[in-house]
Amino acid sequence: MLMSSVFRKPEKWKLFFRATIQEIDKIGVQSLGIVALLSLFMGAVICIQTAANIDSGWIPLYTIGFTVRQTMILEFAPTIIPVIMAGKVGSNISSEIGTMRISEQIDALDIMGVNSANFLILPKIVAALFIFPFLIICAMFLGVTAGGIIGVAADLLAIEDFEVGIQYDFKPYQVIYSLFKTVVFAFIIVSVSAYHGYFTKGGALEVGKSSTQAVVYSIVLIMVANLLITQLILT
Amino acid sequence: MIEIKGVNKSFGTQHVLNDINVVFETGKVNFIIGRSGSGKSVMTKCVVGLLEVDTGEVLFNDRNFTKMNTRERKSIRQEIGMLFQGSALFDSLTVEENVKFPLTMFSNMTAKEMTARVNFCLERVELTGSNSKFPSEISGGMQKRVGIARAIAMNPKYLFCDEPNSGLDPQTSIVIDKLIKEITYEYNMTTVVVSHDMNSVIEAGDRINFVNEGHIWWKGDKAEILRSSNNELNEFVYASEFMRVVKENIR
Repeated sequence: MLMSSVFRKPEKWKLFFRATIQEIDKIGVQSLGIVALLSLFMGAVICIQTAANIDSGWIPLYTIGFTVRQTMILEFAPTIIPVIMAGKVGSNISSEIGTMRISEQIDALDIMGVNSANFLILPKIVAALFIFPFLIICAMFLGVTAGGIIGVAADLLAIEDFEVGIQYDFKPYQVIYSLFKTVVFAFIIVSVSAYHGYFTKGGALEVGKSSTQAVVYSIVLIMVANLLITQLILT
Repeated sequence: MIEIKGVNKSFGTQHVLNDINVVFETGKVNFIIGRSGSGKSVMTKCVVGLLEVDTGEVLFNDRNFTKMNTRERKSIRQEIGMLFQGSALFDSLTVEENVKFPLTMFSNMTAKEMTARVNFCLERVELTGSNSKFPSEISGGMQKRVGIARAIAMNPKYLFCDEPNSGLDPQTSIVIDKLIKEITYEYNMTTVVVSHDMNSVIEAGDRINFVNEGHIWWKGDKAEILRSSNNELNEFVYASEFMRVVKENIR
């Protein structure tokens, strides 16, 4: 029901584009810092952990680079980053819309004849679908780069081994699979959070509850969708 | 003119509105008064379409609002201005942007024309020079006035005010009451005010409808309300010591 109201032609395209740009900034650009920080540390940690677990001379050192690349591309960037974004962006969306609901701002829009669901939620969905893949590509790049830097700096492997590892058995469709997952997760985060915010009833306490529910349901749905997509595409 | 004919509204097994029949006249300030929980806010929400009625009709100048589809309702909604209890201003927008919002959404005005209209509306509610302030930077009374400016920006035919004086001091309340009254006469609007503030009723009320237990219990004007022998109405009107003194003076 809510989504049927959301996916309608915007009242004014100019306002819609302006709102979408603002949401791209809020959802994407303002999340770049935390995404970069997490990716750098995770890439470095994966590199050290993999190196620490290779104690057999039969396993080539380029395995470290290979593991860092596969982990970053297949799981960390497209799944763990959206989980973190569910906490940051999802709670923000839910509390913003929930506060608008309890302070009658959504009623004000409805009475004016504005399709409030479309006006408030569609720009957020479009912005998230657009910007999430860029964030995830950044996360992949930074994670792999950090893995290489820490591997060489800690003398775990030579840069040449790392280069071989990150190129070994590279399948471009895995990046496509990851970006597809990301787009699905972006939709889940925004739609679930917006739903919980839009149907908030009560006061500040309920806004808090909606926000918590939005994050929890988003994460659970991300995990379920992750399993389904992986099963469908990779097997 | 707004006509409500035989409107019923229930939430589950709880009947909130029972066979409501009332006419809100054009060019007059029509009050809906009653105790908390009597059904007056639900009645207003049914009239403006925020809630769907179970049975009955709501007619805006003989146009049946209850039978309209979303698109048809939209044209009526653009003739409605509403002042909310908590002002319901958009936090992220300045005073000017708030008043400009309905114009941006629904008018074909140029930016210059919109700014002129916004300034006119803000001047009308005596808020000249507050254009760049955010709602959080102005007082409750000023927020109410911005709400009125936003409500009249599109030159509405119908103005709804949901407890316009809640949270305001008596002097500011009188300013808001006078403003609502003046605007109603000036633009010949059909104004509906939901309130339980008897000072407002005496200050601005032309037609008064007393709602009790989901029924229209009493209708009349402000001279009649003070002399009514209706027990339930008198319990409501003369609940405060101040109003009891007024009653003694009338006698």
